[in-house]
Amino acid sequence: MADVDNKALFEFLVRMGDNTLILGHRVSEWCGHSPILEEDIALANTALDLLGQTKMWLDYAGKVQGEGKSADDLAFLRDAWDLRNVLLVELPNGDFGQTLMRQFLFDAYHSIILGHLLKSSDDEVRAIAQKASKEVAYHLERSADTVVGLGDGTPESHRRMQAALDYLWPYVGEMFETDDIDRAMASAGVAPEPSGLRADYDALVGRVLADATLTIPEGKFAHKGGRNGYMHTEHLGHLLCEMQWLQRAYPGCEW
Amino acid sequence: MAHPSTEQVWEWLEAVPDPEIPVLTLADLGIIRNVDWEGDTCVVTVTPTYSGCPATSIINLDIETALRDKGLTKIELRNQLDPAWTTDWMSEKGREKLEKYGIAPPQPAGGPERCPHCGSPNVEKLSQFGSTPCKAQWRCTDCLEPFEYFKCI
Repeated sequence: MADVDNKALFEFLVRMGDNTLILGHRVSEWCGHSPILEEDIALANTALDLLGQTKMWLDYAGKVQGEGKSADDLAFLRDAWDLRNVLLVELPNGDFGQTLMRQFLFDAYHSIILGHLLKSSDDEVRAIAQKASKEVAYHLERSADTVVGLGDGTPESHRRMQAALDYLWPYVGEMFETDDIDRAMASAGVAPEPSGLRADYDALVGRVLADATLTIPEGKFAHKGGRNGYMHTEHLGHLLCEMQWLQRAYPGCEW
Repeated sequence: MAHPSTEQVWEWLEAVPDPEIPVLTLADLGIIRNVDWEGDTCVVTVTPTYSGCPATSIINLDIETALRDKGLTKIELRNQLDPAWTTDWMSEKGREKLEKYGIAPPQPAGGPERCPHCGSPNVEKLSQFGSTPCKAQWRCTDCLEPFEYFKCI
C-alpha cells in the first residue's frame, strides 16, 4: 500500500463511521413507533446493520489514531464538533416518508462508494466494505421499492414524498464534496474522490425517482459543513444528548 | 503438554448450536473459518453473519464455554471479515434442518422455493426483514401460513 497519512486516514474512517452511527441512531428512533409491525422490524434491522458497520469503521479508526480508543469511546465521548457525518443523516425523521426518502438518498450513495471501496488499497477498508456492501445492497432494494410505492401511491403519499424530496435534496450535494482528505485517500488508492461518484448517483437516483413519479428540485444549492466538521445542524446536539446520555451520566459504565 | 488435535476441536465446535436458530450448529452455518494451535493457545477464527447481529457475541461466548468444558484453558477468538460470510457456506444438512424447523432455506433466486409447511410453490413476500437480521417474512398463498425465509447473501 502507498504511504498513507494516518491523520487523513483517520478522518476518512470517522466520516464513514459517523455516517452509519448517526443514521443508525436516527433510524432506531422508530423502534416501537412505526406505522405497522413489519416496517418497525425492517427499520430496526436496518439500524442494527448500520450500527454493526459503525463498530467496524470506528474500531479501525481508533486503531489508526493510535490513542487506544475503542469504537465506543469514539461514538459516545466525542461532541458535535468532532463528528464528521454528512448533514443529511442527522436531519430529523419527520414522517415515515421523509425517513425512507432520507434512507434512499443515503443508501444510493452508500452502495456506490462501498462498491469502490471493494477495490481499496487498504486491506481493512476492503474487508469492511465487503461485509457492509452486502447489507447495503439489501437496504437500497428496500428503500428504493418503498420510495416508488409511496411516491407512485395515493395523492396523499405522493404529496408527502415530494415534500420530503424537496426538503432533503439540498443536503445531497455534500456527499460529493471533495477536499484535501479525499484527495489524499484517492492518491493512496484507499477511497475514490466523492465528486467522481456523482454521475452514477444521478443516474441511479434519477431512475428510481422517475419510477416514483417524483420531481427532483432544480436548485443546485447544497448545505455543507458536516463531513468537514465546520458546522452541523442544530439537530445533531439533540441527537447526541439522547445517544450519549448514559456515558455522560455514568462515565466508564459498561454493559 | 500434548493438546487435542484441530480435528478434535472442530468436532467439538460442530456440536455447538446457534443461539438464535438452535436447530443449526455453528458448523452448519459455516461461520467457523479456522481452528489452529499457536503454541499452547487454541485459536478459533470466526466470521460474523451480519455486522450488527447481536448473536455474534453470544456465539463467541458459546464457543469459549464449549471448549472450556472440554478442558481447554488457553483460547483465543479471532474475528475475520474477509472473505465475507455467504449463505453458500451453509451445509446441505443445515438447509434440510432449517426447512424441517419451518424456516425456508436460502435460495440463489432470492426467494423461498416452497412453503416449509405444506410444500406449495405459491408464496409471497410480506416483508424484506424478519425477527433476526438473517431472515425475511413470507407467506404461503395456499395454506396461508406465514413463515420465515433465511435470506441469501
